Amino acid sequence: MWDYVKLIVLALIAVLAAIGANYAHDLPYMVNALVVMLAAAITFVWQLRNVGEPSHHPQNEYLDGVVRAGVIATVFWGVVGFLVGVVIAFQLAFPALNLGYMTEGILNFGRLRPLHTSAVIFAFGGNALIMSAFYVVQRTTAARLWGGNLAWFVFWGWQLMIVLAATSYVLGGTQSKEYAETVWYIDWWIVVVWLAFLAVFMGTLIKRKEPHIYVANWFYLSFIVTIAMLHVVNNMALPVSIFSSQSVQVTAGVQDAMVQWWYGHNAVGFFLTAGFLGMMYYFVPKQAEKPVFSYKLSIIHFWALIFLYIWAGPHHLHYTALPDWASTLGMVFSIILWMPSWGGMINGLMTLSGAWDKLRTDPIIRMMVVSVGFYGMSTFEGPMMSIKAVNSLSHYTDWTIGHVHSGALGWNGMITFGALYFLTPRLWNRDGLYSLKLVSWHFWLATIGIVLYASSMWVTGIMEGLMWREVDANGFLVNAFADTVAAKFPMYVVRGLGGAMFLGGALIMAYNLWMTVRAQPAKAPVNANNFVAAE
Amino acid sequence: MCAKQVKKAPAQVETTGHSWDGIEEYNNPLPRWWVWILYACIVWGIGYTIAYPAWPMLTQATQGYLGYDNRSAVAAEIKMFDDANAEIKAKLVAAPLTGIAQDDTLNQYATSAGAAVFKTWCAQCHGSGAAGVQGKGYPNLTDNDWLWGGDVEAIHTTISHGIRNTTDPDARYSEMPKFGADQLLEPTQIGEVVEYVLQLSGQEHDATLATAGQTVFLDNCAACHLEDGSGDRAQGAPSLNDAIWLYGGDRQTITTTVYGARYGVMPAWAGRLSEDEVRAVAVYVHSLGGGA
Repeated sequence: MWDYVKLIVLALIAVLAAIGANYAHDLPYMVNALVVMLAAAITFVWQLRNVGEPSHHPQNEYLDGVVRAGVIATVFWGVVGFLVGVVIAFQLAFPALNLGYMTEGILNFGRLRPLHTSAVIFAFGGNALIMSAFYVVQRTTAARLWGGNLAWFVFWGWQLMIVLAATSYVLGGTQSKEYAETVWYIDWWIVVVWLAFLAVFMGTLIKRKEPHIYVANWFYLSFIVTIAMLHVVNNMALPVSIFSSQSVQVTAGVQDAMVQWWYGHNAVGFFLTAGFLGMMYYFVPKQAEKPVFSYKLSIIHFWALIFLYIWAGPHHLHYTALPDWASTLGMVFSIILWMPSWGGMINGLMTLSGAWDKLRTDPIIRMMVVSVGFYGMSTFEGPMMSIKAVNSLSHYTDWTIGHVHSGALGWNGMITFGALYFLTPRLWNRDGLYSLKLVSWHFWLATIGIVLYASSMWVTGIMEGLMWREVDANGFLVNAFADTVAAKFPMYVVRGLGGAMFLGGALIMAYNLWMTVRAQPAKAPVNANNFVAAE
Repeated sequence: MCAKQVKKAPAQVETTGHSWDGIEEYNNPLPRWWVWILYACIVWGIGYTIAYPAWPMLTQATQGYLGYDNRSAVAAEIKMFDDANAEIKAKLVAAPLTGIAQDDTLNQYATSAGAAVFKTWCAQCHGSGAAGVQGKGYPNLTDNDWLWGGDVEAIHTTISHGIRNTTDPDARYSEMPKFGADQLLEPTQIGEVVEYVLQLSGQEHDATLATAGQTVFLDNCAACHLEDGSGDRAQGAPSLNDAIWLYGGDRQTITTTVYGARYGVMPAWAGRLSEDEVRAVAVYVHSLGGGA
């Protein structure tokens, strides 16, 4: 019966999407509707072939298939996202690479930039978070994922979202909100998938067999709940037509800017910080085989981080139409946030005390340590840049870009790589990684790439900030904007090279993981890792 | 919570007794430096919110004891420079244009103010170094080749009123006929006159065609560009007997120009910029490549 309901719904979606494509007012809408139609049709066929099959969800086994799929998707979207990043980095240095005369703007920086940010944050980072949350919550609750195939719906729903967003961006579909460019119907789809994610995660927590909830799960849960709230509020918009990708924001002017940066900053705070801290809290102690440094610290820094982060958004709008009081509060909360952020770093690094010798032999631990180090550096740099006096120099410059990337490449990227190296042999039941030497190569390429990236952006950011504000004795500006652009050229090339090294490292990782699955011998006839632990 | 225990080596610290998938937790106290810095940040934060506008209340936010606000701070800074420059600005507006360059103080002020104005408003077309864009119709201002005159007064007039815009009735105006598009000349005649223009500018050309082109030139072009092709600044007609070209001097580009003509536009700046700014930028541009 339930199978037939699904079939009817899928058929309806496919037909409605076809109608939508027919009446579409704009190209992104039409292409998106066709993608939805195709996705519904494929799922329909799959569902049809499985009608009447008994569902297979043994409660004594972990649901790891969806985690395996998540590992593959994370690596794939990571490589895609880094590649687009390298392309746009070189577009800034060499504008001819926009190829405007032959692609009618499809490959312009303006379209590829949201493609890059969404690909690395939501496709690479999102898949890493969903995949690791599914793995970690099962291991730390000793329970199979709740909801049968719902976790698979989350996985495929998220991939569909990524494809819809990417195709819409390059064709010009956007609602012009940074890190929330997806148009209204994609936003709705994100809500559906995200609530399913929340249900799977909460359901598993509720049926857990461990008496206590591990700290990693606090972070994962806060990330899922807060992102749902942020996403809904920031994307409140009225579509101009049900057949158009265009919409009008409910808020306007400085209110809209404030909502946008409340969202934007907490996307950093909860997606890229809280979520990834959840990852850190599981994989670092596992890889180091040491207990977490301090339970007290994890409680205090968790609640302090959650409470303080949500207020810090206004520091993105210093010296704008935003009222002074909001600006002050944004800055003050950002600075108080410094120590709560560092709590995670201390817990990560101190967990390794007594195991520092592993840094010499285990490149995965090295990756995790560097990751936590970059986390500490970025969460110091962030509060510092939120200080108004510093911000008046750094705002709108490349310093901001450098700051974001030392966090994103260093912290998010490296901890994800560490988790992927940890997970692949376990998920595919392989006897270790194909090559630790290649992990070392990846580590050094990525680390040097990040250093090149961040330092070139510091130099160029501070330089252009100083050039913009330089006035002569009579108060007249000394530099034209174009002068500052021209002066940045060498640093743009260095940044592009840093990005290329980071991409190179990721490609080596993809090869290494591929060979681990393909060529490494199986670990043992029975893979104990995939069975739910005894109570 | 800021525990006073002596820090124990990890081995001596007990765990909480929990274990998840083999992960345990030590019961270490909070690092004291961490706690103290957190407290210090909170205390500083409270102090800062007392000093500056911060807490939203029923009708408005607290204003802060220092009475600071962003807008007044910017306004004060702008006023400081305005006040400091008020006297010299008045002098700049009152002085005869041609006399500015002779007065050292005035000249120095006008040049640096003009450079700033130029970099903000003019650099988009003429380039931040004022070298224009070769072949795109944005003239180079650093040489002594001028379309509408290169003395400081002519430059001032051009900046004030612009060229061929629709907003200023006093804008400089002239229009070259579209000899090809409006069928004023036969295609063969255009081919001939182009060869003649190439000859005028000392480029490689077809001598036979150029001889025929001379007649075409004298009948159709010389009224504005003069018989020797040296151009006429009164009409904004460029000289054709040198190597400097606004849109390009190769055979193909000259043919395009003769066929469809050009219609370069520059906005009027009087009204958008104050008179002292217009004068300053005129002096600055004159200092780059101006002549008499």
